[in-house]
Amino acid sequence: MLNEKNVFGSPLPRIDGPLKVTGTAPYAAEYHDPGMLFGHAFYATVASGRIASIDTSKAEAYPGVVKVYTHKNRPALASSDDAWKDEVALPGHPFRPLENDRILYDGQPIALVIAETFEAARDAADLIRVDYAADAPHTDIEVEQAKSYVPPEPRKEDFLPTDPRGDAEAAYDAAPFKIDAEYVQEGEHHNPMELFGTSVIRSEDGTLTVYDKTQGSQNSHDLVCGVFGLKPEQVRVVNAYVGGAFGSGLRPKHQLIFAVMASLDLKRSVRVEMSRREMFYLTWRPATVQRMQVAADADGRLMSVRHHAVQATSLYEDYQENVVNWSGLTYKCDNVRLSYELAKTTMSTPGDMRAPGAATGFLALESAIDELAYEVGMDPLELRGKNFVTYDQNDDLQLTSKALDLCYREGAERFGWDKRSHEPGSMRDGQDLVGWGVATGVWEATLSPAEAKVRLFPDGKITVSAAASDIGTGTYTILAQIAAQNLGQTIDRVSVLIGDSSLPKTAVEGGSWTAASSGSAVQAGCLEIKKTLLSLAQKMDNSPLKGAAVEDLAIRDNRLVLDRNDQLGLAIADILGSNEMSSVEGHGKVEPDQEQAKKYISYTHSAVFVEVRIDAELGVPRVTRVVSAIAAGKIINPKTARSQILGGVVMGLGMALHEEGMIDHRTGRIMNHNLAEYHVPAHADIHDIDVIFVEEEDDKASPIGVKGLGEIGIVGVGAAVANAIFHATGTRHRHFPITIDKIMEGLPGQ
Amino acid sequence: MRPFSYTRAETLGDAMAALAANPTARLLAGGTNLIDLMKYDVERPAAIVDINRLPLKEIEELPDGSIRIGALVSNATVAHHPAVTERYPLLCSAILAGASPQLRNAATTGGNLLQRTRCYYFYDPSTPCNKREPGSGCGAIGGVNRIHAILGASEHCIATHPSDMCVALAALAAIVEVEGPDGRRDIPFSDFHRLPDDHPERDNTMRHGEIITAVRLEGNHFAGHHSYLKLRDRLSYAFALVSVAAALDVKNGMIVDMRIALGGVAHKPWRDSLAEAEFAGQPATEETFAALADRLLAGAEGQGDNDFKIPMARKAIVRALKQAAAGTPQVQSDKQIR
Repeated sequence: MLNEKNVFGSPLPRIDGPLKVTGTAPYAAEYHDPGMLFGHAFYATVASGRIASIDTSKAEAYPGVVKVYTHKNRPALASSDDAWKDEVALPGHPFRPLENDRILYDGQPIALVIAETFEAARDAADLIRVDYAADAPHTDIEVEQAKSYVPPEPRKEDFLPTDPRGDAEAAYDAAPFKIDAEYVQEGEHHNPMELFGTSVIRSEDGTLTVYDKTQGSQNSHDLVCGVFGLKPEQVRVVNAYVGGAFGSGLRPKHQLIFAVMASLDLKRSVRVEMSRREMFYLTWRPATVQRMQVAADADGRLMSVRHHAVQATSLYEDYQENVVNWSGLTYKCDNVRLSYELAKTTMSTPGDMRAPGAATGFLALESAIDELAYEVGMDPLELRGKNFVTYDQNDDLQLTSKALDLCYREGAERFGWDKRSHEPGSMRDGQDLVGWGVATGVWEATLSPAEAKVRLFPDGKITVSAAASDIGTGTYTILAQIAAQNLGQTIDRVSVLIGDSSLPKTAVEGGSWTAASSGSAVQAGCLEIKKTLLSLAQKMDNSPLKGAAVEDLAIRDNRLVLDRNDQLGLAIADILGSNEMSSVEGHGKVEPDQEQAKKYISYTHSAVFVEVRIDAELGVPRVTRVVSAIAAGKIINPKTARSQILGGVVMGLGMALHEEGMIDHRTGRIMNHNLAEYHVPAHADIHDIDVIFVEEEDDKASPIGVKGLGEIGIVGVGAAVANAIFHATGTRHRHFPITIDKIMEGLPGQ
Repeated sequence: MRPFSYTRAETLGDAMAALAANPTARLLAGGTNLIDLMKYDVERPAAIVDINRLPLKEIEELPDGSIRIGALVSNATVAHHPAVTERYPLLCSAILAGASPQLRNAATTGGNLLQRTRCYYFYDPSTPCNKREPGSGCGAIGGVNRIHAILGASEHCIATHPSDMCVALAALAAIVEVEGPDGRRDIPFSDFHRLPDDHPERDNTMRHGEIITAVRLEGNHFAGHHSYLKLRDRLSYAFALVSVAAALDVKNGMIVDMRIALGGVAHKPWRDSLAEAEFAGQPATEETFAALADRLLAGAEGQGDNDFKIPMARKAIVRALKQAAAGTPQVQSDKQIR
């Protein structure tokens, strides 16, 4: 077995940390080139319709402006939808900037100004005048849901609602305790710190190095090649550092197309960066209406679960999430019916935002389960425990592991759940109404195809390379840890090269799969190295490793040795030297095990406990304590792992209490398109957050035993907050975010 | 953002001359609001007159016990100044309830008075807004108006003034000193900002060419019984949905003198001195405060999204007055409502 004594499991600080805190880690819009041009987009100010006329003459005449592109004069771009479909494209017609005169959503880019300076481009864009033939907007999910439909083409087979089982309706009717409730969630808008930006550096031979803010350099690379008809070797895409993405960078954005288009057309280097405002017109977590019908017997056993969700999508694509299937697998229940529909809106296509589907689905499921516990008159945690299930009932598959019971137990203990009194409003402390809420979270633990190259040098230096992206999660660090661990080195001996389309193939960074996938590929690469070294060593005269198997080996002090007796071995320098080699490389490759998938499925789990304190008259909420207990297999780096969960919890608090795109439904326009009026939690909103990783052995989720952590931290948080607010005030809030006015109106005595 | 000329004024006379020379000229002090608005293409000054070198950076303690705060003194400096902290703690509390340390370091006293509304429609030049473009209409009426006015609005504008500091200055009946082509004048704080009426494009009663030189605080300090309570969509770094500056003089449980100003509810810090006078002499009890709240909000009208502000303001008024009466002002450091 591979030695796992020291580097695995150490809370090492991230190796890219010094670069980031000193401002020396370059981001996509920070690459310069003499003579570079700058682009600024001009965007539509109606939500639907056509461009009747567009006057760019004043912008064109503005000093410093090189060219203004519109649908009328843009260069020819690929004409087939296929060319525009990126690695994670959706059913429908991908958005093509400047395709024609059609307006599909508020904030759609309809012109691009290219100028010698950023300022000139921005100033000139203000001079563009447009007459619209506007159509009526459709942006209110609560209205548009009347025209909902089952998406004709599923985004993924896994996202299709699972087949009904039992008779959910009859069981519901027969059950003594039941809840039938609707939950509404307003749209949320991605706002990572780094804005979307692309710098295209053009070489003299016309090849392009594209620095793009993306979660997948190869995805951007392949899209650019397809749209512009370029050969793969004519373009290299780099995303060495990414200032947060959370799913927003899974699909390439229009600024990439703009920057490459202008660079090819004008034969110059070009940068296009978005403004904060433009972030509100991109990938967003769709507004959703969910109906939950759940029922239990007097012992709190679930008799029936029905979950129906309607989500907003755009006119041109059918974005879909797995919102409802969680309701068929989180708890034991034999009568289940799940359904999922979309409603067209005149908004940009929604997209994945941290735990897409689960964050939304669990908001409703875990609120409804809490409501049901109160109907039955049972402690909400106890009711969850009663319905614990050890397999995936949706697909009748075994789970590779499920330490959710430990999450419940250790989380409750840390939180002090046993001191909770059940009645709403019963834990008042002076002026504060105190409420304790709990929720379960689940996210899929998947492996995506990944490759990595590992190279070991005689002095023990290691390089690791892959096209993987580190979107701020700590990928650099854990890949270094995995290589160091497997090759018997310390982490400072490892150089990690990622975020470059020319490196070994890796899927986009998302879905919490990167640690498991790229990590396993690095481990496989290390194993290749050991195998190569062993076969080389065994060819040497008087080799002490003759007859040894690779499983018996370890690397210590730059020697390939027998793990059980490290006196027996050879210096790596000698093995390489005698074969006239200066280094040895291993090419690791992993992909999902299709055979295993017929029997097993893998999930991460969480139990999140929340304390809110609410001023009894004013309704001001404070989330004073959160305990998030996580079961996610092996934890490679407890420090970066904890950061992922902390960030997920904070984002979940924003989802519960703050974040909402405010749309003027008369015009279909987002009005709070800035960070002053689109509220995310501020430091003052965040108090104690305690993260627990429970023990969970898993030898099937991934070769390295890792399940992934990027999403699970947010799942369940919103419902736990809503449940705590109910416990504090006795009012159930089903419209998210639960802003201060809603809490105030729901206070006792109102 | 449009191109503009930039000049740096060395003297007040320079600045006044530069303003007089160009009707669209704007003064640049902290720049925390103006620059944002220029980037959003809301403000389009042809000329920027940087006044940061003017000698308006002193806090003077005058012989009669009053305090004169130079127009260029930063919000942070005011909030932490020993004399202001001692005599006018209500002002310090209001300043610290607003913005962030970084913004308070840059923002100035005069600039705070002149900050523009945060109305979504004002901020978006592609929408109608009578304040930004007179005669174009009001997008907020019938639109998204969670943050809008419940008092003193007009059919032309329902915007609110976003300042916290000004709410305390209104309660403390500060004097605004301005200087212009026609000489110096004092403007009582309650006359400084205006209601929108038919001219929402005018936030205040200053004339073009005038410059704020100082804000003067005199008379009752209300240092013993005061509170600044701010309710907002998150615990920090958000504009007030409703805020209350409450100041009381209490003797033997009776109200001797009182001031109350509301933020986040009107086009200007909302103060009703007639109501204040009516309640002088009454017992400093919750019942009195509730009656006063009803009196202050008698004419309040919601716009839809912001209907909640009326009950919220009522509760906030009562709580702030209770805090003030008890001598336990709202603490701004930990954001815990007390």
